[in-house]
Amino acid sequence: MAKEKLAYDEFMKGLWRENPVFVQVLGLCPLLAVTNSAVNGLAMGLASFFVLLGSSILVSLLKNYIPKQVRISCFIIIIATFVTVVDYSLAAAMPVIHKDLGAFIPLIVCNCLILGRMEAFASRNTLRMSVADAFGMGAGFLFALVALGAVREIFGVGELFGITLFGPNFEPWVIMILPPGGFITLGVMLLYFNWVEEKKNKIDKQLAAEDGVN
Amino acid sequence: MSEEKIEQDTGSEEPSPHRLIGTLAVAGLLSGIIIIAIYLVTFETIKENKARELRESVFRVLPDATKMQKLLLKEGKLVVSYKEEKGEEPIYAGYDDNDKFAGYAIPSDGPGFADTISVLYGYRPADRKVIGMWILASRETPGLGDKIYKDAAFVANFDDLAIDPPIVATKKGKSKPNEIDAITGATISSVAVAKIINKGNAYWVSKLPEPGNEPAYEVPAAHTASSRAVDTQAP
Amino acid sequence: MTQKDPKLLIQPGPQLRQQMTTPVVMRDVWYALTPATLAGIWFFGLGALLVLLTCIAGAVLTEWYFAPEEKRGYYIGDGSAILTGWLLGLTLPPALPLWMAFIGGVVAVGIGKTIWGGMGANIFNPALVGRAFLLATFPIAMTTWTAPGDFFTLSSSLFALPLMQSTVDTVTQASPLGLMKFEQIDTPFVDLLFGNTSGSLGETSGLLLILGGIYLWWRRDLDWRIPVGILGTAIIFSSILFLVDADKYPGPIFTTFAGGMLLGAIFMATDPVTSPLTKKGTWIFAVGIGILVVLIRVFGGFPEGIMYAILLMNAATPLIDSYTQPRVFGRELDSK
Repeated sequence: MAKEKLAYDEFMKGLWRENPVFVQVLGLCPLLAVTNSAVNGLAMGLASFFVLLGSSILVSLLKNYIPKQVRISCFIIIIATFVTVVDYSLAAAMPVIHKDLGAFIPLIVCNCLILGRMEAFASRNTLRMSVADAFGMGAGFLFALVALGAVREIFGVGELFGITLFGPNFEPWVIMILPPGGFITLGVMLLYFNWVEEKKNKIDKQLAAEDGVN
Repeated sequence: MSEEKIEQDTGSEEPSPHRLIGTLAVAGLLSGIIIIAIYLVTFETIKENKARELRESVFRVLPDATKMQKLLLKEGKLVVSYKEEKGEEPIYAGYDDNDKFAGYAIPSDGPGFADTISVLYGYRPADRKVIGMWILASRETPGLGDKIYKDAAFVANFDDLAIDPPIVATKKGKSKPNEIDAITGATISSVAVAKIINKGNAYWVSKLPEPGNEPAYEVPAAHTASSRAVDTQAP
Repeated sequence: MTQKDPKLLIQPGPQLRQQMTTPVVMRDVWYALTPATLAGIWFFGLGALLVLLTCIAGAVLTEWYFAPEEKRGYYIGDGSAILTGWLLGLTLPPALPLWMAFIGGVVAVGIGKTIWGGMGANIFNPALVGRAFLLATFPIAMTTWTAPGDFFTLSSSLFALPLMQSTVDTVTQASPLGLMKFEQIDTPFVDLLFGNTSGSLGETSGLLLILGGIYLWWRRDLDWRIPVGILGTAIIFSSILFLVDADKYPGPIFTTFAGGMLLGAIFMATDPVTSPLTKKGTWIFAVGIGILVVLIRVFGGFPEGIMYAILLMNAATPLIDSYTQPRVFGRELDSK
């Protein structure tokens, strides 16, 4: 029962509390590069999710057989294998999206978020916890990608997942689908997360002070 | 801290170099096997996707065409080719339902506003006209430069366009048969497309056979595994 | 204005010599901007005034919103937000939809100033940040210039619904810079001098901008080295080009008076927050802007270059400052 709670905790940690993008600020290269539409963000998020989950399972299972001197190389081989699988599968199943994402699918290999989870978590924890962690971090990354992609698509072309929102007279905010738009949107979102964090800390402090008084 | 724990689990202080090399070799081998497997599984589909994309582009720039074949320049002559050749510079010939020649689809590329623009355009040698244009790849500014393929009015500029003298993009409304209307706010991209087509013409037009002597459509042979293998129109 | 002779400047310590506070300087700049602004409104009509007021509203509201609650009165009172909105408004096309002008004001203060830590902490000129954002975001609306027209006619494009496109119903006309760049048509000097051309609403009247600059210089609110450096460099550089090929390159007079050159050189590059502190640094800064403007205008993709020139040199300002620090007395050259 305690275990159950812990796994859930690991999941929520990745999705929100230690969100890989908004809190840890990891994996920004694919994030900024492909999120000019919500669909691209979703595809990239799912691809990364799959790679992260698969690699976490394998690394967690094999952690006792991998000598620590060569662990990074082994992690990279495992990650690269999954990335190649995703790359070919996408090219076969969804050529249009594959073309949009371009070089950024192979580049998942060097997403520091994924290697970071292998090193920091999957290679030190049980399979069960690693899966929970991968689910959480993957979902957190996916959430960030889709959120960023959605905001940029709404302002940049007036659509969400390809559905027109404002009618034909919409004036697109060109900058939003260009790289600067990615930086600006991400900046505003980080601002929001930090603001929430600060507010929470303030309240915690206040509560602690009141506790001290009572 | 936890690293130490792992070491205790494996029960060794310092693994031998053989073990390290062995681990990496096994990992590499397994990874290789998986990659080859997925490559084999998806190979046909990916190839088909690419062939379909090419076919669709060719038919888009050659309105009458329903069949196509790849042509390569060999010793100054255009010959039909089924194989992928290294460094090939193909053009494509389109044919209508009655195997009548419908025009060439010529790929060409050149610098745009951002990065290279790859263009495929249809060319009819009988009246020396461009009869269609399609952008294969570009990274032009979304909302502005990307109108070179998103703006139907701009693409329609190329449906009936004389190539002599060379194509000119103008901002004042086209008045001559060799002029196209540049897109407001994306003049550079518009001019780039015109230049790219002129470049393709400069290279290819003199090398094409006399009108009427185009290579005939060859019924695809069963053994050809090229892009035409999935062409279902053959009788 | 008690101290008349700058030779008697004594460096250390605060001396009571004049009321050189931020609000005083800001108000001086307002007065200096007024003639050129009135000319802009005169030429482009009431619509220009609306664009200007909307920019100021966007800037002031943003300043107010992000200011600490107890200090809001002070933050607005120093007049810097109003000046930012005003300067931004002067760089916009007179028939720009008002909702875009408002966003420009919000971005100018929000991303241009507040996010860096407020007044005095920003790296880039806030008004130009707002303009750069608008130009990158709404490139077509930002380059649709209307010809000077009837005073009371309001273009319907001004009142486009938020997020919606606009159609300009008044006469559009390429700006002098655009005419020069794309069609090699020169604009008469008299029009450039008095401002009877299309262009941003406050940049067209060269004469009144220079008057404003002279007023600021007389009030000692302005470092004369910056405008003189920028204009001098641009004039020399463009003269050289003009002598090389008079048909291809615009002459020095056109370079000086067309577009936002004077507005930028006199009112934006001189922003004390974003320009270097030392005299030597100031010269480097000004010469850099002058060269960049001509380079961008003549060889770049855009007809106008003053905005990017100033923003680029703003970015270089901390570097210039650190290289031109005077040596502390008694220290070796390479130590700090």
